[in-house]
Amino acid sequence: MSLLNLQLKVWRQNQGQPGHFQDIQAREIPDHASFLEMMDIVNERLIQDGGDPVAFDHDCREGICGMCSMTINGIAHGPEKATTTCQLHMRKFRDGDTIWVEPFRAKAFPVVKDLMVNRSAFDRIQQAGGFVTVRTGAAPDANSILVGKEVADAAMDAAACIGCGACVASCKNASAMLFVSAKAGQLNSLPQGQPEKDRRTLGMVRQMDKEGFGNCTNQYECEAACPKEISVRWITKLNRDYALAAAKEAFVGVQEHAEGGD
Amino acid sequence: MARDKAGLTEALKRIPELREEFWSNVKVPGSGAAANPELEKAGRVADFMEFAELLCHDALDREESCGGHFRTEHQYDDGEAKRDDENYCYAAAWEHTGDLSKPKLNKEQLTFEEVHLSVRSYK
Repeated sequence: MSLLNLQLKVWRQNQGQPGHFQDIQAREIPDHASFLEMMDIVNERLIQDGGDPVAFDHDCREGICGMCSMTINGIAHGPEKATTTCQLHMRKFRDGDTIWVEPFRAKAFPVVKDLMVNRSAFDRIQQAGGFVTVRTGAAPDANSILVGKEVADAAMDAAACIGCGACVASCKNASAMLFVSAKAGQLNSLPQGQPEKDRRTLGMVRQMDKEGFGNCTNQYECEAACPKEISVRWITKLNRDYALAAAKEAFVGVQEHAEGGD
Repeated sequence: MARDKAGLTEALKRIPELREEFWSNVKVPGSGAAANPELEKAGRVADFMEFAELLCHDALDREESCGGHFRTEHQYDDGEAKRDDENYCYAAAWEHTGDLSKPKLNKEQLTFEEVHLSVRSYK
């Protein structure tokens, strides 16, 4: 194990107030530490010295919860491909490096404090259609609905999205299309998602627009930054599903109840 | 994990002391003017100590071994948990009385109509 001496430039901001970069020396950081552990060490020292520790989001620290964010040297989740910030290790940096640490910047992700942003917009998009309606009670028999292997695999790929928001942070338009297309596409691909497909697609896309996310201009920065390697092909599917749902809505309206009989 | 009367009594003596020290000596950086994760952590520590004390009260009161609660005083010769369905077949719902050291015990009796209670054995 070797120790790194780093120069951090960390974004400090309170909600609703202007922010600024603060120079912080991070001395003797073990190269085994993850990026978040490096921040923990920095914070402990700030607290010891009577300073204000840097606020940042974190939870599982094993790359599956989607809580950690941080734009590191201009790249969401840092320079390592297919990696969340918690799984980025300090051995990827060199002694003497200057590291710029910023929050995930987007109009729809207001800064709460320092590196913490409010990503509730994603929750509201999910609530606008990112679900399937099922009867509660006894679990249905296994294999009562047949799902093709290719379809199941594709839905699983989309379901890998952890909703971290790196796609938004890396997009010059702050577009949420990769997130929304993965969440809608997962359910729109499966037989269980068909009854609510049109309502889901229209609801989620319209909520996305309402939240202030920008439009997609096919730069694919999102795919490059995504820690779960969600493919931009899901955006193609979402556009197709949306066009179909919008056309149906214009000509026949959207059915309120998929199953009728009420 | 095993519990005994001596250990639980000791814990019930130490936890209030720790809590006293926490509240008189806690240092929370930052301010209340903005979101403060350090304040959130301090709040959790305070909760943990209250919960830990209640847990000790409950464990001390339950003179049997049952499920995850193993009292070394209550075991068979081969080390298996010795349950006391005669006296402890209830869920303990502790009520806050305003004094953390004196919670009030409310018993919610567990009644079984179809199944008869017996010793669980994996042997």
